[in-house]
Parts: sequence; structure tokens; C-alpha cells
Amino acid sequence: MGSTTTGGGRVGVHRPRLADHAPSSTAALIVKIALLAVINALGVYGVLAAYAVGDWGIAGFVGLATLTADYVYFSRRVTAGKYLLPGLLFLLVFQVYIVFHTAAAAFTNVGDGHNLDQPRALEHILAVSEKRIPDSPLYKVAVVTGSDGTLRLLATDPAGKVTLGGEEVTEGIVRDGGGKAVEVEGYRTLQLRDLVTRQEEVLALRVSLGAQGALRTQDGVTGFLARPTLRHDPAADTLTDVESGKVYQASSAGYYEAADGTHLTPGWTVNVGFDNFARVLTDTRLRGPFVSVFLWTFVFAALSVLFNFALGLLLALALNKPGMRGRNVYRSLLVLPYAVPSFLSALVWTGMLNQTFGFVNLTLLGGADVPWLNDPWLAKGSVLLVNLWLGFPYMFLICTGALQAIPAELNEAARIDGAGPWQHFRQVTLPLLLVSTAPLLIAAFAFNFNNFTVIYFVTGGGPNLPEAPITLGSTDLLISMVYKIAFGGAGREWGFASAMSALIFVIVAGISAFGLRRTRSLEETYA
Amino acid sequence: MRAWFANTGWRHLVGLLALVFALFPLVFVISASVNPRGTLTASATLFDGASLDNYVKLFTTSTLPYTRWFTNTMIIAGATSVLTVLLAASAAYAFSRFRFRGRRLGMLGLLLVQMFPQVLGAVAIFLLMARIKGVFPDVGLGTQWGLVMVYLGGAMGVNTFLIKGFFDSIPHELDDAAKVDGATHTRVFFTIILRLGAPVLAVIGLLTFINTVNEFLVASIILQSPAKQTLAVGLYTLISERLSANWGVFAAGALIGAIPSVLLFRFLQRYIVSGLLRGSVKG
Repeated sequence: MGSTTTGGGRVGVHRPRLADHAPSSTAALIVKIALLAVINALGVYGVLAAYAVGDWGIAGFVGLATLTADYVYFSRRVTAGKYLLPGLLFLLVFQVYIVFHTAAAAFTNVGDGHNLDQPRALEHILAVSEKRIPDSPLYKVAVVTGSDGTLRLLATDPAGKVTLGGEEVTEGIVRDGGGKAVEVEGYRTLQLRDLVTRQEEVLALRVSLGAQGALRTQDGVTGFLARPTLRHDPAADTLTDVESGKVYQASSAGYYEAADGTHLTPGWTVNVGFDNFARVLTDTRLRGPFVSVFLWTFVFAALSVLFNFALGLLLALALNKPGMRGRNVYRSLLVLPYAVPSFLSALVWTGMLNQTFGFVNLTLLGGADVPWLNDPWLAKGSVLLVNLWLGFPYMFLICTGALQAIPAELNEAARIDGAGPWQHFRQVTLPLLLVSTAPLLIAAFAFNFNNFTVIYFVTGGGPNLPEAPITLGSTDLLISMVYKIAFGGAGREWGFASAMSALIFVIVAGISAFGLRRTRSLEETYA
Repeated sequence: MRAWFANTGWRHLVGLLALVFALFPLVFVISASVNPRGTLTASATLFDGASLDNYVKLFTTSTLPYTRWFTNTMIIAGATSVLTVLLAASAAYAFSRFRFRGRRLGMLGLLLVQMFPQVLGAVAIFLLMARIKGVFPDVGLGTQWGLVMVYLGGAMGVNTFLIKGFFDSIPHELDDAAKVDGATHTRVFFTIILRLGAPVLAVIGLLTFINTVNEFLVASIILQSPAKQTLAVGLYTLISERLSANWGVFAAGALIGAIPSVLLFRFLQRYIVSGLLRGSVKG
């Protein structure tokens, strides 16, 4: 390994002095210290802000990052780190952390109905099950709001004692004619209109009074003592319905479940091991659609690269004749599809291929009724066509560049040896072209494997497969399937979506690593 | 005549056919954007009348914050591409010019991590941004700077590789000579490497800009209020609500939205091929 950091010692021609050492480094030092001062100030602020809301993870990360920055930029021994640190920090938070978070979620059932941890889910279930204790005394209450905007309950018990959020208050109270406390110093009392608009918050107000139960209100005017109708037994981790005697047992599925199979909501997040991965193979209703999406993803990526490369190459060959008239006009117009943002082009194609109103059916085909986007096979063809339109200019550019890099002597030699045009192309041009464009073709494959834009904007994944238990269409790629599982309508299953994400990652990384190794560009990169 | 066709004529034939294929959607959009009725059905007839109604609607309809979407997109894409180039170029400089422990491993790690597209981590990104919002509301969920930060997470990765390939081809003798003359490594980076590497930096900046303008998924989950959204999210919502009725307005918006990318592309096109091929294949 040649060390370049100490690479003095080269004897050679005289060069003008590039750097005037002393003054520039003084100025640089001042800038550096000023920048680091700002970073440290921000760091301290960040730690304090995170500490204030009790987020220890963020506080720790910001603190550590600030200390690392100080060390890296003041130490004389670290050089490469000075250039790597900024990018690395973003990479750590928004890429590495995201990868690990996703990988961890892949082994859980997190999603709608399973978002909380168990203690919080239990708390929620108990609070929801609370009912007024029969014949318990009624309180007179007012809902007040402090300077931080959160609501509190100002309650007057039957004996006239006043409490605010459970704490007794004796001073600064304004009472109405009936002895009810209606205002307290430092707080604003909510009027009827506010009570209506903030109804959900009012209903959720709850002041625990220990063994007595909890003070709650339904209208913001009268309060009552309530007690959960479910009793929790911490030792057995069961919930018993006091009225019906039904017992709910905490199950491994992340629910309190009764013997008859009914369960209480919400559930909580539990570890499910490899269930999410196994599910696509064991769930018979899911298996068929998943396999077809899986295969189509490969077919789509492979055919996209093939078609785009073929058309790009044909055009590059056709327009690669020196002195041909209008060559530059062709070139600059042909790359236009690549320059237009692809989400716009994809949406334009959706409109053009529309079955009833689209330009293609109405004008080009004179009023035909071809279901371009609504027939499973035609839709597959349509997305490939749109992707060809979007992608061929890129391949055209690459092929043109690669063609021009082929040494002229080689072409000359082939001609002298009497090679015909086809032979010349098969045995000289194509092999050379493939060698220099292989890494980019692999990258294009990986890109199209996850080409969410085309699918989502052109067909939305449709037309839908009727037999699939989740909304899946015949043009869905794995990536749009993940999107639908994670964000599509009801029953979002983040754990399952994460497992699919992890799977895609492994496939794409595997293919790319294999391909890059084959082209040996990996070794060259490390030279 | 036959000889002319075999030699040159077929080239023009292929070129013209490709031009028709490449340009007819663009002609269709231009025609739809000046169509006075502004529906998808009416747009099927090319250049059936000409009016600027759709453009006027685009900028005057109060429920349609097009100007905001446009400026948001430019700011977000501009900031992301400039910062991406800076982060990736300095990392590439470190990998190209310094030998340090963990260099090989670091590059392998980068290669691996960047193969995880952010789209796949959308859920985790949403949860993380919601958590950041709790501590730093100005850069958390729902803010444009938050979105830029998320994009910067993908700044290294493949960009670093392409730039490093290019930097490797800048002769080491140049930095050595400067160092003999007393230049620090910072000065070498800013005065020699960044200047000579301008072609590849232009390419990466351009591609990042276009990719950011295109990005839909992460933008749609982070920016929720319509006035903060980007063109991709806003225009998609516009025509997913009423595809046919909003078509003319959409076409006008799409044309204007495409202008910055097309101009940048025209400007930097000559660098693209050399930058990509030189960076990935070396020599």
C-alpha cells in the first residue's frame, strides 16, 4: 500500500508554490474553531432538549456524536475521519439504524392493534373497561387548561373539598352559588364549545384515586368514580371480567385471550420469531399471489434491462456514424424522456393508456377499447412499455459512450480480417461493450427490481388478484407489495412488511454481489 | 440509392422511429396543457384549440398550492443535491487518498448498506421521524429539513464509489507536489481534487437532483400538510382524486415542473457518460 499522506520525497520538476502556509492555516483555524463552537453549542442544546422530554436514546446519540466530532477535528492523528464523519453520521441514523430497526421489527407482530408494549396495552384495556361504580357519589367538575395546553380536572367532592388533578387546592378558587369550584388561579376554564371540540381529550381524562377507583367525566360538568370491570392478576397474568367471570389469559400471540377464542384489544408487540417469513410459504391463500409477485419482480427487472439495453444499443449503433447529418439533433431529442422527472412521465402514460378516455385508444387506435391497464397480461406489457420509454435514453447514452471508447485499431483490424458487419458486432463490439457496461447493467437490474415509481404511478399494482387475502395486483412488485402491507388501508402489518423488506434486501444484495464479483470490478475498486 | 440506404438511410429510419416513440407523449402533454376544456377525453384530440386557461388555473386556484409545491421541490432537491455532493466527495477523498484501518471494511459496508433502499425502511423512517419530532420539532416529522436529512442518509453509498473511481484517476503526483509546497490535506481537497473532479461531481449532483424531484414515497409519509408537499406528492394527489377532470391542469403543472430538470440535464449532459463510465469501470 502506497502511503500518500507522507508522500514527499518525489524529485521532479519545479512547480509554483500552491500554498502559502502560515496565513491560510491561521484563517482556516479560526473558521474551524468557530464551526466547532457552533457544533458544540448545538450539541449541548440537543442533549438538554432530549433530556427534557426524557428521550435517552437521542440524548445519548447527540452527546456521543458531539464528543466524537470534537475528538476527530482536534486530533492531529485522525485524518481520514475528518472527511468521513459528517456523511457517516447521516448514514448511521437514517440508513444503518433504519436497517436494524426494520430487521428487528421483522421478527415481531408490530402493526395495527399491536403497536404498544404489554404494560401500556394493559393500562389501555383497563382504562377502557372502566365503568361507574353503582351508587357512588357524584362530583362536580370543571375542565381547566394550564399554560402547557393539557387538560386537567378541577373537582369538587360532595363534601366541598376541591382537588385539581388529584391534588387538594385551598387557595385561589372561585366558587359558584352551589359551592362548585368553577375557576382556579393560573388556569383557564373550558367553556361548552371547547368541551365539544376537545371531547376526546375530555373523555380520556382520568384522575386515579387509588383503591377507590378513578375520577372520570363524560360531559365535563359532573364527575363520577369509576373502576375497571376487568381485574388484573399479575401473578398469572390474567384479566378477569368481574361481571361475567370470564378469564382472559395473556397469550403468545400478543393478546389477552379467553378460552372461547375472543380477545381484548389492543394487543401488544411480541416476538414471533420466523413466523413472518414462514407465513408467505405456509399461508395457502398468500402463497400463490406471493409466488407470482416474486416471479414477476424478476421478470420485470430482467426484461426491463434487456429491452432498454437493446433499444439503447440499436440507437447508439445507428447514430454512431461520424459525419451523419442531424446526429446531434437526434441525440439531444432522444434523451428528453430521461430528463423529464419519471413520476410525471409515468402519470402522463397512465392518462394516455386509460381505457375509455385515453389518447392511445381514442386517437391512435381510432376509438378502440383495449384494456391496457385493466387486463393482467396487457398491464404487464404496458408497464414494460412505459419503463422502456423511461429507460432507453439512459442505455443509449451509456452505449454511445462505451462505443466511442472502443479503440479504433480494433475496428480497423476486424475490417482487415474481413469480418462482416454482423460478425464484427457479435465478436468485437458486443463483448467489449458488455465488459464496460456490466456494472451499470447490474445496477439497472437492482434499480428496476425496486422500481416503485413506475408500478405505483402507472397501474398502482393493479388489476387486482381476486384470490389474494391482501390487496395485491398482477403488476405489483415486491416493493409495492411491501408498501401496501405497511401503509395500505386497514390492518397495516408492519412486522410482516419489515420481514418482506429484509427478504428483498437479501435478494438484491446477493444478486448485486454475485454480479459485481463476476465482473471483477469489486477487486478493482479495492486496488 | 440502395447503397445509401444500407450505409446511412437505415440510420435515419431508426432515428426517426425512435424520435416518434420518444416525443409523442411529450407532444400529447403540451397539447393537453393548452386544451381549453382541460379534460382527458378532450385532450385525446391533439391541439384542439389553444388557451392558457389551465396555466391560469394552476396559479390562481386557492386549493391548489402549485407555486408552493414547485418552490418546495426546488429547495428540497437543491439542498439535497448540494449537500450530497459535499458529503460523498469528502468521503470519496478519504477512501481515495488515505490509508487507514477499516478502509476495506468500510467500503464493503457502504456497498452493502446502500443496497437497502430507503423505500423498504419507510415504516422505520416514519417512526424515527416521529420520535425526532418529539425532541426537535423543527427537523422532525412534517418538516422539509427533516426530509432533506433522511435523503442525506443515502448520500454516501453508490455516490462515494463513483466519485472515488474518478478521484483515483487524478494523478497522485499533483497532491504530492502541493504537499511538498506545504499545502495541508484540506487545501489539497478544496483546491485540487474538487476542481479536477468537477465532471463527476456535476453528474452526481444532477442525478441526485432528478432522483429527489422524483422521490414520492418517503416525501409522502414525511410531509403531510398540502402546503409543504413536493410536486410528486401534490400532482399525484391532484390526479388520483379526479383523473379526467384535472387532466389539463395536471399537464400544465407537469410541463412547468419538468423544466428545471430538463435544463439542468441539457447543461450537464456531456459530463454524464464520461462520469458514469469512468467512475464505474476506471480507465
